[in-house]
Amino acid sequence: MAKVHVTTTINGEPMEFLCEPSDTMLDALRGPLALTGSKEGCASGDCGACSITVDDRLVCSCLMLAVESQDHEIRTIEGLANGEHLHPLQQKFLEMAALQCGICTSGMLVASDALLRKNPDPSEEEVRFWLAGNLCRCTGYDKIVRAVMETAAEMRAQ
Amino acid sequence: MTELRYLAPGTLDEAVGAFAKAGSAARILAGGTDLLVQMRSGVLKPAVIVDIKKIPEMTAIEQAADGSFRIGAAVSGMALAEHRSFGKVWPGVLEAVNLIGSKQVQGRASAGGNLCNGSPAGDSVPAMVAAGAIVTVQGPEGRRELKVEDVPAGPGRTNLKPGEILVSFTLPPRPRGSSDAYLRMIPRTEMDIAVVGVGVSLTIKDGAVTAARVGLGAVAPTVLLVEDAAKALIGSKLDAAALAKAASACSAACRPIDDKRGTIAYRTRVAGVLLKRTAAIAAERAQGK
Repeated sequence: MAKVHVTTTINGEPMEFLCEPSDTMLDALRGPLALTGSKEGCASGDCGACSITVDDRLVCSCLMLAVESQDHEIRTIEGLANGEHLHPLQQKFLEMAALQCGICTSGMLVASDALLRKNPDPSEEEVRFWLAGNLCRCTGYDKIVRAVMETAAEMRAQ
Repeated sequence: MTELRYLAPGTLDEAVGAFAKAGSAARILAGGTDLLVQMRSGVLKPAVIVDIKKIPEMTAIEQAADGSFRIGAAVSGMALAEHRSFGKVWPGVLEAVNLIGSKQVQGRASAGGNLCNGSPAGDSVPAMVAAGAIVTVQGPEGRRELKVEDVPAGPGRTNLKPGEILVSFTLPPRPRGSSDAYLRMIPRTEMDIAVVGVGVSLTIKDGAVTAARVGLGAVAPTVLLVEDAAKALIGSKLDAAALAKAASACSAACRPIDDKRGTIAYRTRVAGVLLKRTAAIAAERAQGK
């Protein structure tokens, strides 16, 4: 089977790549696109480690075919920082040690960013429900939730 | 997953043609949240995937002049939540669609896929049954409509004919004093499959129920329309006796499995309890409380 040529936009940059029709978006990101920030945890949409946004909607890149990204706007963890400047969420996760092994972190950050874009003033309950699709097996969720809440408060104050 | 062909037709006629031509080796791709998992686990090895999201009708949400809604089969839960008025008119359907998986899953998963996946526990289905939704399907022999409760045939199976594609849901206009609700029981608060799911849609005039529909999920091989429960509610002021009768009707309709999430006795009992709670929420909403 011939590879498929896909033209898409990733983190604001026009991109082209080749993939098998059966490749997932996660396969393409981590393979030909060399964007390895998105992690593969479960490959079944349960863990959220591979979270990206497609046209500003949060999705699991393991549950999407790479060919489906044709003509869409993809954002990954690599697009979160502004050059050398970390996104406020990234900075806060570091300051508050909202991570341990780091496998879930990029998915947590992409999901949290998607939440704050939609709702700059979420309640703790809203943060917890929003992040229910992101599993962390080591640090527990408290520090992560607190980091998101504090970031939201600081971003609102600016 | 080798030897796969991916097609993304721009029109429904093309999609129907390609789907029918490929026969049983073809699968429809809407959100893909079930399909990709089934492919990954080796349960399905399709030769052709027909992505329907480039067909405008499949991703449109339209409200007609009479107030009815037409929702494309591939509209994601997130897109439905972002619609300015849908959730005000059909809050129960919206909450059911937005209980499917996580936010990531809701970014892709559609009510059409949820129905065609044929799970008795699909969250959006009891709410769509309660809503009285009609589905439009199109196949090689043309277009037809059927009631949403007539689509599931059993676990993983539907009554769609070979080559037919689910196109859209039509939700009827709502008289004043109408609303709906959906509740489900799961062992945790998120990210699990319904042990019991109940959708209730009501119309209330002067404190009395003038119309009702009840959909019941996860307690039989298919999602059920429970007409006896609706009959018990219609004409009542949702007093304890009417609610008890409707709850009994829900329990009586149960033919559940026994599994790690819930025993037969538990599911049967909870179906009645959830009916009462769901009807109360729908009634509050219908009366603008």
